[in-house]
Amino acid sequence: MNDHLGLDVQNVSVSFAVAPNQAAGDGETSTSRNLVLDTVSLSVESGEVVALLGPSGSGKSTLLRVIAGIVAPDNGRVLVHGVDVGNRPTHLRGVGMVFQDNQLFPHMSVLDNVAFGPKMAGVGRSERTERAATWLRRVGLSGFEKRRVTDLSGGEAKRVALARTLAAEPAVVLLDEPLTGLDRELHDRLAVELGTLLHDAKVTALLVTHDHDEAAMIANRTARLADL
Amino acid sequence: MNRLPRWLLLALAIAPTLGLLIFYAWPLATLVTEAVTATAIIDTLGRASTWKVVWFTAWQAVVSTLATIVVGLAPAYVLARYEFRGRTVLVGLLTAMFVLPTVVMGAAFLALLPDSLDRTVWAVIGAHVVFNLAVVVRVVGSLWEHLPTDMEAAAATLGASRWKVATQISLPLVRPAVTAAATIVFLFTFTSYGVIRVLGAPGTRTIEVEVWRRATQLGDIGGAAVLAVLQLVALIAIVTWSTVAQRRHAQAIGLLPTSGRRRPRTTGERRFVALVAGAALVVAAAPLVALVVRSFSTPTGWSAAAWTDLGTAEIRPGIRIGIEPVEAIVNSLTNGAWATSFAVVIGALASLAIVAAGRAGRSLDGALMLPLATSAVTIGFGMLITFDTAPVDWRASWWLVPVGHALIAVPFVVRTCVGVLRSVDPAMGTAAATLGASPVHAWRSTVVPYLRRPLVVGAALAASISLGEFGATSLLSRSGGETMPIAIEQLLGRTGSILQAQGFALATLLAATTVILVVIVERLQSPSVGSVDR
Repeated sequence: MNDHLGLDVQNVSVSFAVAPNQAAGDGETSTSRNLVLDTVSLSVESGEVVALLGPSGSGKSTLLRVIAGIVAPDNGRVLVHGVDVGNRPTHLRGVGMVFQDNQLFPHMSVLDNVAFGPKMAGVGRSERTERAATWLRRVGLSGFEKRRVTDLSGGEAKRVALARTLAAEPAVVLLDEPLTGLDRELHDRLAVELGTLLHDAKVTALLVTHDHDEAAMIANRTARLADL
Repeated sequence: MNRLPRWLLLALAIAPTLGLLIFYAWPLATLVTEAVTATAIIDTLGRASTWKVVWFTAWQAVVSTLATIVVGLAPAYVLARYEFRGRTVLVGLLTAMFVLPTVVMGAAFLALLPDSLDRTVWAVIGAHVVFNLAVVVRVVGSLWEHLPTDMEAAAATLGASRWKVATQISLPLVRPAVTAAATIVFLFTFTSYGVIRVLGAPGTRTIEVEVWRRATQLGDIGGAAVLAVLQLVALIAIVTWSTVAQRRHAQAIGLLPTSGRRRPRTTGERRFVALVAGAALVVAAAPLVALVVRSFSTPTGWSAAAWTDLGTAEIRPGIRIGIEPVEAIVNSLTNGAWATSFAVVIGALASLAIVAAGRAGRSLDGALMLPLATSAVTIGFGMLITFDTAPVDWRASWWLVPVGHALIAVPFVVRTCVGVLRSVDPAMGTAAATLGASPVHAWRSTVVPYLRRPLVVGAALAASISLGEFGATSLLSRSGGETMPIAIEQLLGRTGSILQAQGFALATLLAATTVILVVIVERLQSPSVGSVDR
């Protein structure tokens, strides 16, 4: 068992049932399946930031979802710090994820979004508020605590999403196309900041992107999904 | 821009406006100005029994609403998020329960529950819950369908268990829809009438039932009017509060076109879906099954006698009780045909006027919706005390009941038609104009033809409303003019197993007719048909 591996993905395959024709009615089950990931293996050293490259629709996001426990694989194993987490539900895996569209909780303030992870971990109110404020400062959003997340700009929302994931102190951080959709200048600035942030925090991270430059800017190492 | 001439707009709007003024505004004004006197107010509000009725009305509505929300949230979630065998059947069944006439729902619960429970407040609340489940499933479910599932996944990646995801993310996010659904259910149960007339005991009277009782049983017109106005004020307060509350809690959520239902994947998910869907199926189907079963059961065993003897309502050979089920069916069909005709003609004229007339059209639209916001008993009561003296002594006129029904059905016809008419591309009218058509000509050839299909839908809705209408009818119908709902209530109110079984048979018949009409409506309204197409 490789304990120095922060994340170890072994021979993961995922296929989705092709949606049965609606007209065929409810009971119709189609046996036709679409193979999205074919025996993919990948490992990330503890504290390493790896970028996974692949074109849109190649299954990158699906791989992240398998690791996070949002999508169940047909085959294969996922190990976090040497422990097989395949049978654990998402919230017990220690895997954090920054979603492409952030998925900030619209009914909570910026601070409550960032403090959500610590709250779920049972951290007391004053301590989690402090921790959330610290992370907001690190992503450059001091003073944004009381803002509504629906009033944030694209770049601000992305930083909040990042702070929220990191504040939960997960063993592994997954980032799904974190900088897609931002304008060029903001994109480049955030890419540098993100790289610094991840390395400073010494987190084990897997980033998926279709952008080579972005991968090079943020990650220690780059892998192509097609080669795995 | 080519506008329709003013005379045409006036011609279109005149009949709907007059109808509304004569049969809605005037009776309501009479009720408020003539029947509500200072003595009546002091008398009625000073009576302890009045406040007992108000208290009962309020608490049973609160409990019914809370119970409906609690019972409805799980099926709303499962139906919004999962694809499974029988899903469409379940949605259809829940919708069917909602459109059933109130008297039929009361009859179904009477059939379902053991005698010890069937005339208690718990039977009433049970019927309210089953009745209104579809409101929660549709209103909350339609928001849930469009909420990104990834938001729940995001919470899970932050360490939230399923329970925490549900209580901290999912429920707060659907809260506006829950408030909206709760308001609708509360309004329905606060004004509950048919269910309580069938299931209620002397101690379980809502304001609505008390209005009917004072007006028709006790002859206390003033007291009935005071209560009707009291109820109207309460309803306005509730609607205002809910509008404000919903605006306050409104939040921008990144809604998706639809997040897509999926089949349950894990064993736990499959069990959850099966359990919730199964329970919802039992809750919704059991009363209907009981209704049919009880129509065939007699103390001496199974028998179709209740059905075969519908035409001869005799307790013993030669002894009649004054309720004629077959006559009631004929009355209902005649009333239904006239009410549908009135509603379709008025609704069509009104819809064309509303769409063509801009701001004035919107006022007409709003005004025509008012009868929906007024309880049916209030409408019937107002008509009863207004049209009782020459030259407007219309109480014995055959058309008064259908007109009352049409008043309630017109809003549905208008809603169905206006949406379709508004979606007609105005460029077609412009195109017709460039080809030499006058504004009236262009309108007649590009807008009017689109009215046909929504009118068929509206007609089916109007027919189902008329067939099941009980509130206004119970005040307006005269002896010999009983409709099916009236006959059902009377039959079930008598002792004697034959009469009871006949009541259940008649209720089954009415339920089946209503469901068939609503299936027609749903078929015609399916997206591929309802949209503007050639």
